[in-house]
Formats: sequence, structure tokens, C-alpha cells
Amino acid sequence: MTSHEVPAVPIESIVRKHGGDPTRLLQILIDVQESIGWLPPPALTSVAAALSIPRSRVEGVAGFYHFLHKRPVGRFHLQFADNITERMQGSAELMASLCSKLWVEPGRVSEDGLVSVETTSCIGMGDQGPALLVNGMPLTRLSHQRINQIAELVRREAPLSSWPPEFFRVDDNIRRADALLSLEMAPGAALRAAVALGRDGWMEQMQISNLRGRGGAGFTTAVKWMACRDAAAPEKVVVCNADEGEPGTFKDRVLLTRMADVVFEGMTLAAWAVGACRGFVYLRGEYRYLLESLREALSLRRAENLLGRGIQGIAGFDFDIEIHLGAGAYVCGEETALLESLEGKRGTPRIRPPFPVTHGYLGRPTVVNNVETLAKTCLIALGGGEAFAATGTAQSTGTKLLSISGDCAQPGIYEYPFGVPIERVLEDCGASDIQAVQVGGAAGITLASYEFHRRIAFEDVPTAGAFMVFDSSRDLFEVARNFVDFFAHESCGFCTPCRVGTALLKKAMKKLAEGRGAKTDLADIEWIDRLLKNASHCGLGSAAPNPVVDTLLKFRPAYERRLQSLDFEPAFDLDAALAAARRASGRDDPGAHIGAEEAGQNG
Amino acid sequence: MNAPRPKVRIATTSLAGCFGCHMSFLDIDEHLFELVELVEFDRSPLTDIKHCGPCDIGLIEGGVCNAENVHVLREFRRNCKTLIAVGACAINGGLPAQRNHLDLEACLREVYVSRDGLGEGGVPNDPELPLLLDKVRPIHELVRIDYFIPGCPPSGEAIWKFLTDLIAGRTPRLSYPMMHFD
Repeated sequence: MTSHEVPAVPIESIVRKHGGDPTRLLQILIDVQESIGWLPPPALTSVAAALSIPRSRVEGVAGFYHFLHKRPVGRFHLQFADNITERMQGSAELMASLCSKLWVEPGRVSEDGLVSVETTSCIGMGDQGPALLVNGMPLTRLSHQRINQIAELVRREAPLSSWPPEFFRVDDNIRRADALLSLEMAPGAALRAAVALGRDGWMEQMQISNLRGRGGAGFTTAVKWMACRDAAAPEKVVVCNADEGEPGTFKDRVLLTRMADVVFEGMTLAAWAVGACRGFVYLRGEYRYLLESLREALSLRRAENLLGRGIQGIAGFDFDIEIHLGAGAYVCGEETALLESLEGKRGTPRIRPPFPVTHGYLGRPTVVNNVETLAKTCLIALGGGEAFAATGTAQSTGTKLLSISGDCAQPGIYEYPFGVPIERVLEDCGASDIQAVQVGGAAGITLASYEFHRRIAFEDVPTAGAFMVFDSSRDLFEVARNFVDFFAHESCGFCTPCRVGTALLKKAMKKLAEGRGAKTDLADIEWIDRLLKNASHCGLGSAAPNPVVDTLLKFRPAYERRLQSLDFEPAFDLDAALAAARRASGRDDPGAHIGAEEAGQNG
Repeated sequence: MNAPRPKVRIATTSLAGCFGCHMSFLDIDEHLFELVELVEFDRSPLTDIKHCGPCDIGLIEGGVCNAENVHVLREFRRNCKTLIAVGACAINGGLPAQRNHLDLEACLREVYVSRDGLGEGGVPNDPELPLLLDKVRPIHELVRIDYFIPGCPPSGEAIWKFLTDLIAGRTPRLSYPMMHFD
């Protein structure tokens, strides 16, 4: 379809389906795009008119999210996951090979509108990569053979439903199950236990458990819940943060695949504790393929009176859950950006305080918890807070799911009690000759081999769950550079230190990668790192330099061997910059060239 | 006790600039009398010295648009302990960099070959003429720069403040009003 031809799409009816509610703008745009394939300017105008909001707001939202297309994409839109673990498995070569087979340039649409190929951030398939999304569907375990098949299917315009189902197989890869992953719970069992305790009794068990948030920050869940419960405003909200965007993390995908009911039950337990009536799951766009099964699980719960009005026959216990989709924005994993996105806006993080527990979704008191955190509350309801607190360490109770990928024999999901040493994890996943582990994703911490005795726990090495393994053949500079590019891509653009700082850092790393670096560049990089860390508006910017800070400290030679030993080197080839003028003038005398500084040429 | 402090040696030049920053420098008016007590000038449009010797401070106006600019800039970097980018063109390329979105070869041919009445001699190729770079560059992309004085031009007051700070051994820092231009 060309850019000028817009099929008659019942935009009115899509807007009506969403109740004409501007807070559902993002969901409306996602639906419009699903029906047209992209978001042509007239469609944005119609949406704005139908919602009676300024067109600029619609345009602003459409332009913010990576998965919303303001320009046409191919009828087959293929997005290769570009995380470092995928790169290590050869994703770049596979993508180049597919592009050449299909005669399409990366980032462009083929002349006939058939296909477009681009990269995207980690899609949560690190244990079965390289992977890509084709029209939103994850396609795993890419190989050259598979790329050939894909090229053929695209050329024949075979509908996705006719592609081999094996392509779309997503494995759970659970390698080590502990309390949570071995839980077999009848729907409603945890809820009945918590209801029997009464609201206060249930909150008390949560306090005793000392459960801390599994999304990375590690805030004590009961404290968050109590603050929300005690907030004066009515209409409280529970949000499940399923925007699992941290590169290398995929444990929430597995929980939502296998244990969605446990997650929903955890949300209901939170609603019971804080007195919330509304719940949202914010599901990252990359996990769009799980939407139908999640909705099905919700209707089953409604049918069993585990959601809806008067849950379990308790008058006034009204709570229901709806699922909102994200659209490819890492920053929306930050809870206030997530709330903005839930309200149908650009995912720009808010200034805190006020915190979401008092002013969250639409200004209402809101609990935002990670998928894993909510699932864990079922264990507490079933077994009691004390039993839960019996595992783990003093400040980090219970277990933690790790998403392990990279150089190891058995990548996948491992559940350990907190306090497990890194070396034990490495041994279990079949990793040998390891020089570094990236714990907690791109925003996390790079551990060198001399630190492998350290332990996974909030008091030592905290993590949201990513655990990427790098053996001695890997170049840690390239690892850091991949993460830097990721942050530059994902910066929301709101604050200057992050928008400009991540771009400067990306340029500096590129200069080093091309062998044009000098000592002064390392000083510049360290200066940009400090600026990002101290001046950014939110955690994305302040975490963006982490991989560089850590690798400069622990793997400095990986940087230094790329330097020219000079005081300063330009990032470009000076003599080549004269080539155009040389051609135009026909000159080739010594004065028509510029050598390196050592040549001692004088002005 | 207090031996007279040796004078600070300063060199200045304008690369792809308009000499506006130099004019602004002269705008320090009666401070010029204080300045000559503190400094002496090496290569500069003010002295007409052609090549720069060892200096304390180099002031560069303008960006880099041709091969000669590259050589002059390198000469300054080799000789100046502290090198300062003065004004918008030195810092960002400024007005001359507006040509950066044009293709240089096409541009030269348009002017010297295709245009009526100008097409006689073709693109000039005298070795005396410095060749143009394909893009106009800010000076920090070619050599290490120690300080930047923003403005188009920076006010005489800002240049004076910066120099007196440097000479007195204070890390130069312009207050907000000195960098506020609208």
C-alpha cells in the first residue's frame, strides 16, 4: 500500500469501542495500526477529531512509540532483536543475509511494499535467540536455514498462519524451579487464604514476609501497599508492570505464559489489601502474542467470581483487570512513565514526589508492582509471611528468578533463594571460561571474574533478573557499546542531559570502535558518564553510563587497545574530506592532501 | 619579594569566521590598557606575525573550512598551552557550516563550470589556494580544545572575564547573563 492510499477504516468505530476515552489513545492507535498496517496522517487527524483532542497530542503519542509507524512499513515487517546476546549469536549476519535475499535495505520498505527489515531492542527471547518479530509475532532460534525459509515465505507472500508453527515456538526453558515455579495452585486458593485473614491480617503477613519488589528497585512491597491503602483518595488502582524491557530479561514472559493465573491472583491480593477496584496489566508490545491467552485467563477468573463484583461473596470487594499494551518503549518500564503511557500519553517519567501510591493513574492512589512480585504474594498468602521469610537472606527474603542467556550450555529460567553466589549460578547453567557477567541488564552491573563470589541479593548484587554471560572470547567493549546504543535509542528525549548525553556517548564509543580514539576521548567519556549520572531526569539516564563506567574500570585494556596513542584524533578522515575538492579542481599536489599530525606539516 | 610576573603570551586567529569575535575582543575598550600590562601578543591579526611560537593562550575564532585552516589550527595546538574556541563558528561551525547540506563538488561545478559567464576557467586549481573540506567542522573535531566561549560574538565583557580568570589562575566560568543572548 502506498503512503497516499488509505483504506476506509472505521476509525470512528475503533474510537467508540474504547468509549471515546482520550486516556485510551495509545490503545486506540495500536488498534488503528493493526487494521491499516501503519498510521497515515489522515488517520491521526480522524482520531484527534473523534476524541476531541488536539491533533498534536495524537501526533506526539504516535511519534513516541517505536512500534507505532508514522510511515508505511512492509506487509511483512521483520524486526531483529539487537541485544548483545543476539549479536553474539550472529543476528547481524542473519539480518544482512535476509536483507540481501529480499533486496531490501535495513530500515527501508521494499519498492513493492512487500517487506521491511529493521532492528529492535531485546524482545525477551535471549534464551532462544537469535530472534525476530514478524508483524509482532516472535520467531525464535534463527539460523541461516531458517532465514532462507523466511525469505521464500515472504517472497511468496504466504500468510503468517501458514508458516511452520515450529518457527513460532517459544520455550519456557525452566532449568531450576524453587518455591514459585514449582507452585501448583488452584485458582482462588491464595485469595481465599488472604480473605480468611481479613484485610489487616493479610497486610500483616505481607509485612512479616518482608517481600521486596522484583522489578529491580527492591522497595518493600508491604510499605508500598500500606501507603496506598492509607491514601485518602478513593478509586485505588493496582498495576502489574509487565513491561519487561530490560535487555536480557525474560522471566516475566515465562510467568505470564505458565502462571498468568497466579499473577492475576497476586493483583487481586493487592487489591484486597489496599482496597482497589481497578487493575491494569501493562503488557509490553513485544509480548502482544500473549494477549489472547491472558484475556482468556481473565474471563475464566470472572466466571469463577475471582474477578468482578462481590468477589468471593464479599460485599464491596469489587475488582477487575484489563490489559493495556505498550508499543516498544523501554522507558515505560519506569513506573511513572508507565502510568503516563496507561493514560494514553507519551511515556515521559514524572517528577517524584508525589509518588504513585498517592498520585498514580489519573491522580488516584496506585500500586505498581512487577509481575514476579505479584506472583510471589500468592506464596505468602498460602504459606504465611514467616515461611516466606525463612528462605533468602536477611534483607532479601524468598527466591529470585534469573533469566540466563549468553555463553552457557543451558540458557533459561533459574529460580534461586536470594544469596546465591554468582559462581554457583555459572556452574549450574554450564558456563565455563567466563570473563564477565552482566547482572540486571543494560542498566545493571558488569561483574568481572574476581567478583564471582558475590551474591545475588539486594545487599550485594541487586537484579531485576537479567544474567548475561560472556566467555573469554568476547570483547567487553562491544558489550558496553551495544548497551550505550540501546540507551541512546531508548532515551525518551524529555531531558537534555539524557537526550544529548546518550547521543554523545554513542558517538564517542563509535569513534573508539573505528580506531580513531585518543586518551582525551576516555576523559570525555568519563565526563559524560558523570553528567548523565547526576543530571538526568530519571533512572534511564542515570543508569545509561553504568556499562561504560563498569567496563572502563574492570576491562580498561579493551578500550585502551583501540586508542591511537596521540593526544587527540579527529573522528573522521581529514584527507578524505578534501577528496571532493581534489576531484573538482583536478589537483593532486602535496598541498591538496593533509597528512597525520606527526608528518609535521605546517600552515 | 614579589618578582614581576612574566607576561602571558597570547596568539589569536580567525579561521572560517568573520572577524566579528576579534572586533568584540577589541570592544573591551579601556580594559585594553590593563590587558597590555598583563599580556603580549604572538601571532595575531593585531601583530601581523605570520607563524605562532610557544604561547600560553590561543584564541581561535571560526570553524575549519579548508586545508589551510587545518594547518593553522594544528600550529596553534602545538604551540599553545591553553586553546580556546571563541564564538559560535569555532564551537559549532556556525554560519559557514550552512553549506554542509550541499554537495561540495556539485556546488563548485555550479559556480565555476555550469554558470553562464563563469565557466571559462573551470574550478580553480592553483596550488596556492587551499582546498575546501567537504564539510565545515567545529574546531574541537580536529584538535583538543580546553575551553569554549559561546556567543555570536561573545561580548567583550565575556572575553575579558574569561581571559582575566585564566590569567589569574581561576577556572574560567561565565555567569548566566554572559551566555544569555535573546
